[in-house]
Amino acid sequence: MRHIISVLVENHFGVLSRVAGLFSGRGYNIESLSVGVTDDPKYSIMTIVTHGDDKIVEQIIKQLRKLINTIRVRDVTQVEHIEREMMLVKVHASPKYRAEIFGIVNTFRGKIIDLTSESLVIEITGTKDKNKAFIDVLEVYGIIEVVRTGSVAIARGSKSTTEFTKQDIKNQEE
Amino acid sequence: MSRTGAEALVECLKKQKVDVVFGYPGGVLLGIYDTLFDADILHVLPRHEQGGVHAADGYARATGKVGVCFGTSGPGATNLVTGIANAYMDSVPLVAFTGQVPTALIGGDAFQEADIIGITRPIVKHSYLVQNVDDLPKIINEAFYIASTGRPGPVVIDLPKDVVASKTKAKCNGEINLPGYNPTYEGHPLQIKKLLKELSEAKKPVIYAGGGVIISGATDELVKLSEQLSIPVVNSFLGLGGFPSAHENYVGWLGMHGNYASNMAMTETDFILAIGTRFSDRSTGRLDGFAPNAKIAHIDIDPASISKIVKIDIPIVGDCKKVLNQINQYIDKFNWDKNREQRKSWIKQIKVWNTERPFSYKKSDKVIKPQFVVEEICRLTDGEAIIATEVGQNQMWAGQFYKFKHPRQFISSGGLGTMGFGFPAAIGAKLGRPDKQVFDIAGDGSFLMNMQEICTAVQYRVGVKVAILNNKFLGMIRQWQHLFFNKRYSYSCLECQPDFIKLAEAYGCVGLRAEKPSEVADVISESLKIDDKPVLMDFRVDREENVYPMVAAGAALNEMIFGE
Repeated sequence: MRHIISVLVENHFGVLSRVAGLFSGRGYNIESLSVGVTDDPKYSIMTIVTHGDDKIVEQIIKQLRKLINTIRVRDVTQVEHIEREMMLVKVHASPKYRAEIFGIVNTFRGKIIDLTSESLVIEITGTKDKNKAFIDVLEVYGIIEVVRTGSVAIARGSKSTTEFTKQDIKNQEE
Repeated sequence: MSRTGAEALVECLKKQKVDVVFGYPGGVLLGIYDTLFDADILHVLPRHEQGGVHAADGYARATGKVGVCFGTSGPGATNLVTGIANAYMDSVPLVAFTGQVPTALIGGDAFQEADIIGITRPIVKHSYLVQNVDDLPKIINEAFYIASTGRPGPVVIDLPKDVVASKTKAKCNGEINLPGYNPTYEGHPLQIKKLLKELSEAKKPVIYAGGGVIISGATDELVKLSEQLSIPVVNSFLGLGGFPSAHENYVGWLGMHGNYASNMAMTETDFILAIGTRFSDRSTGRLDGFAPNAKIAHIDIDPASISKIVKIDIPIVGDCKKVLNQINQYIDKFNWDKNREQRKSWIKQIKVWNTERPFSYKKSDKVIKPQFVVEEICRLTDGEAIIATEVGQNQMWAGQFYKFKHPRQFISSGGLGTMGFGFPAAIGAKLGRPDKQVFDIAGDGSFLMNMQEICTAVQYRVGVKVAILNNKFLGMIRQWQHLFFNKRYSYSCLECQPDFIKLAEAYGCVGLRAEKPSEVADVISESLKIDDKPVLMDFRVDREENVYPMVAAGAALNEMIFGE
């Protein structure tokens, strides 16, 4: 099962290596990890996408909580949430195919952010599935490079993502 | 008041009531050592940093206080690594200070530079690189707090040379602010009631008590629970001493070299109450054969230890002592008569197992059996000594044949299995508990790994007794080669070894030897008379004795191998 784990951490030296090291040291799978400071510069939120059965994910969450610099750890996939990932895609685009590609970019609600006689850079944001579909469609033109941020996720509703408690999850299920 | 970081450090150590530290100086530590020179703290100079960190570990296990050690930057710090990993695996409170090159040089491959924070990251409870001297007192406070609370563990503080040389006014009694660290001490009342409800239904209950009982000082509460409900108690290896071994409810210890009754009880039980233990593979044997018919409740202060290896039906996060107290308060609210008869016959069954197959060995009046040496040490110290061990056969026989009465009496590298641990740990233990007789039950292989510490023990007049069960083999390796590799003793024979008596004399301490069973008691008695210097005892034991019973790797607990 794919899980998105949101980790509120103290914005300290070495926290990222503790979290990343925990995954490699204990053999947990990591699909993506993105980190950014919150509205309060003392804290950051890491969004980690991982795969594993219930037992493994339970251990991952417990081990993350055990780190001294982690304040809250939540499995965002347990609640209603929104997930987004941004990609920058550089694709071959000779003048002949430009218009065609523009059309595709519009359909996917992307943006052209760089243009040369030979190529385009497109900025696109979406779920993992949408982004994958976009790349599949562009494949035929020749993709030069794809750079992606990894997923970030936020819970729906007025509560902060890392504030959700077990009770909230239960209430939502009912 | 402004003082240097080094002075602030020593002031903070005093505030933490540290009375002994184990450290080895070096270039970047000179400032700190200049301050330690006048400090009212006993500084013990080991002859290798590994000896220092194991001694701090042994001190912590024997006293329950935080062990403190120092190593300089680079090799001094990396020499601490094994000891830090050892303390991490066995949940020992330890603060390790390491020197670091000046901040401006960090990352430039300076002389004696090593990224010790990076190197130790997976084997510490937490670590700090001090970047600003004003943070130092707060960091020391936090480090001692983290090391000693919750599930204890080692904390590393890396001290760049320039940071400890600069001045600070920061106070040592600063507040601790750790928003991400709040261990749970009280058990959840609903879970405790659920546990008691299930326990009252059980027909063949057993308590499985680990090192957590010792760490939290929960022996009295455990004895009370076991007595009130007549529940037999099985220890994990590191749990030895946490429940008095002479108690009528005591079954023994489980696992690879545990006793028959414990392994059978854990296999046949219908309800396990696990307390402060982590279901190590050496304890459980093959998992699908572990307690196949049991419901399992688990009390532990570390939530990550619960359901990590074995699925737990009733998890209770909390401090063992506090939770056991809570349980004892609720006992009367449940009906304990339901399965009275079945429980009686369960206890009887365990007694039968214990009578059928106790720990035993083939006695001899010609050759010294290693088990006999341990039995004699137990007899002549009245079971009151602190016993440190090395790793391997010596460790298992110490666990099997010394009958422990008290918590903090048994000091052994359980999780990491560090050869060379026992002797320096015994030195640390003796410094912490000078009132006690302290033995290191050793193998010749393990002892040679840190024998340089004889010098330390002589210098500080530490009267530890080293009982070398000398078989000129890496005995446990040889045993596995005997059983599983067709007796091909590949590199496990220690053909060359020093004359341990001359070695002792060379260091200025006492060496004794026994070659016949009739000499064993005299040698031990002789050693007990000496308390101002170490004693090395060279017991020439039966070279190819094996440890039994044995649950082979991959076997279930009830699939034990027995000797002849």
